[in-house]
Parts: sequence; structure tokens; C-alpha cells
Amino acid sequence: MSQASDSLKLFATLLVAWILLSGSIAFDVVAVGVAAALFITLISQNSLSAFSGLRALPQSFGASLGYVGFFLSELVRANLRMAKIVLDPALPIRPAIVRARTELTHPVARLLLANSITLTPGTLSVEIKDEWLYVHWVVAEGTDNETATREIVEGFERYLKVMYG
Amino acid sequence: MTDGPLELIGALVVLAGAAFLFLGGLGLFRMPDIYNRIQAGTKATTLGTLLVMLGVGIIMPGWLPKLILVILFVLFTNPLSSQVLARAAHRAGIAPVLGTLADRLAEDKGDQS
Amino acid sequence: MVEAILIIAAILAGLGFLLAFARFVMAPHAVDRVVAFDGLTIISMSAIVLIALLMGRVVYLDVALVYALLSFLGVIVIARYLEKGE
Repeated sequence: MSQASDSLKLFATLLVAWILLSGSIAFDVVAVGVAAALFITLISQNSLSAFSGLRALPQSFGASLGYVGFFLSELVRANLRMAKIVLDPALPIRPAIVRARTELTHPVARLLLANSITLTPGTLSVEIKDEWLYVHWVVAEGTDNETATREIVEGFERYLKVMYG
Repeated sequence: MTDGPLELIGALVVLAGAAFLFLGGLGLFRMPDIYNRIQAGTKATTLGTLLVMLGVGIIMPGWLPKLILVILFVLFTNPLSSQVLARAAHRAGIAPVLGTLADRLAEDKGDQS
Repeated sequence: MVEAILIIAAILAGLGFLLAFARFVMAPHAVDRVVAFDGLTIISMSAIVLIALLMGRVVYLDVALVYALLSFLGVIVIARYLEKGE
């Protein structure tokens, strides 16, 4: 059941991407798009997509919106902070590679977490091993696991936990 | 191109994006080691690209669908490639710059061997 | 006015490109070079879209998209290769 609905979501996403890309809803254009999307959906039935495991609950929809909003505001803050550092003649950095623990188990949720960490305030995921994320931190506020987990992971994890359970 | 208020706003958004692209280049140039360079390079350039695309979309609303695709693509691939590069750097044995406070990954690798 | 602002933006992005290129040339390690290359391609992607706007050609958007796709694949493949060797 969930396999079928994942495939359906993948098919719909591909078709929307195709229509955005071709910028036309003429019959022949859409027909080619349907064929291509169907083909890709069929050959990737057993692989993961961003939808596998995303829970179809009202609160998970809300969490997705909250996640996107939180992510965008963090992205802007990250850039302003980084701009200040790069423009400062003294280059005030305190780099460290720290460990942060995540409670997420779903692979897609972990991928989104690692991606979000990479795009936000001075942090870059270097490696994931089991529940540990190794993160490079440009201005480290501490090198112990607890500080790193609190400062880096928890903000995003809140939303992802609801989205992927 | 006409000089309406919408075009002006779009052009200013493009300008802000270009400023971030410049900062990304500056970060790549100034940062002392590869990890900090990846940080400066990916963050500034992602927001920079996003703003440039958005600004162009404001000036040319008809181009928006394709620009949104480009934005989504950049948002997903940019962090992925920086992560893969950071991991490659660490596995290839490139040490962080002197003065780095801690390298837990190197410590844990040492434990296992 | 609008065109003047766009040209200033293009010059700013061009300066960023030059700085990234300097890093590309002076890279101490192969992975550093790939990082600089990644920065270069992202900046040039925006440059292509700006050129599309200034010349009024929508086709260049497809060029930017394919360019981004190819450079992403290239970076991933080279990074996977470099993490084994050296």
C-alpha cells in the first residue's frame, strides 16, 4: 500500500517537473511527459525518494511547512553571519569538527537533516555513522557532544521527527 | 526591458544575490583550510543563486517555472556536493587548519584502528 | 536604470568568479581544486541566467539547468574517486 502511494507521488512530482520544464500543456507534450514519468517510476520502484516514509498526517503537513520556514530563515541568518566573518579583516573563526547525536532513524529524514545542517549557520556535515553526525563548525560554541547536539541538530530534528516519525 | 517598479525591485534582488556570489568567491579565497572554504563557498553561493533566480523571475514572470526548477535543483544538490567533498577531503587525510579546536572524527577513526 | 543595476550585479558576480578562480589556481590539494571548481560553476550558473535576461533569450535557461546537472554529477564522481586514492 505505502509502496504504491510512494510510486504515485513520485509519478506526480516527475510530471509536474516536466510541465514546468517544457512550459506547455499541449496534448503531445504532456503525453510524452506521462510516458517518461511512468517509465522512471517503474524502474525506480525499489529506491528511496523524498516521499518514502513521509507520513500523510495533518500534523506532518504542518511540520513540513514549519520546516521549510525554519530552514529559509536559518539560510538567511547563516549567510549574514558568514558574510560578516568573510568581510572581517581579522577572519574571526574558531573551527572544530564535533560530534552531534541524532535520534532520526529514517534514511530520508537523516539525509534532509544532514543537508539542512550543511546549508545553515557555519556548519557542514562531514560524515554520518550510526546515530553520530560529524559536523565541521566554523565558529564552535563548544566541542562536547551535548553542546553540538543542542546547537546544531535539535532545531531541525523537531520538525523532521513529526514528518517522518 | 521597461523601467517599471517591478523591474526595479527585481534588479535590486538580483544585485543582492550577486553580492552574496561575490562574498562566496571571497570566502573561497580567504578561508585558511578546505573545510572552512567549503562552508564559505556553499552557503553564500546557494543564497546568491537563489536571489539571482528570484530577481530574474520578478523581472520576467514568464520564466518563473523554469527558474523555480533551477532553485530547487540548487537547493538539493549544493549541500550534497559539499558534503561529499568534505567527506572526500577527510578520507583523503587532509587535516583541518592549525588552531582547529577539536577533530572528533579523526579521534574516532584512531580508536577503531 | 534597471539595466545599469543588472550590469553592476554582473560585475560583482564576475569579481567573485575571479577570486574563486584564483583559489582554483592556487589550490594546495586536488580536493581543494574541486571545491573551487564547484564554486566557479555555481557562480557561472547565475551568470548564464543573467546573460539570458540581458539578451532576452529564454533558451539560455535550459543551458544553465543542464550545466548545473552536469557539474553536480562531475563533482560527485571526482569526489568519490579522490577519497579512495591520494
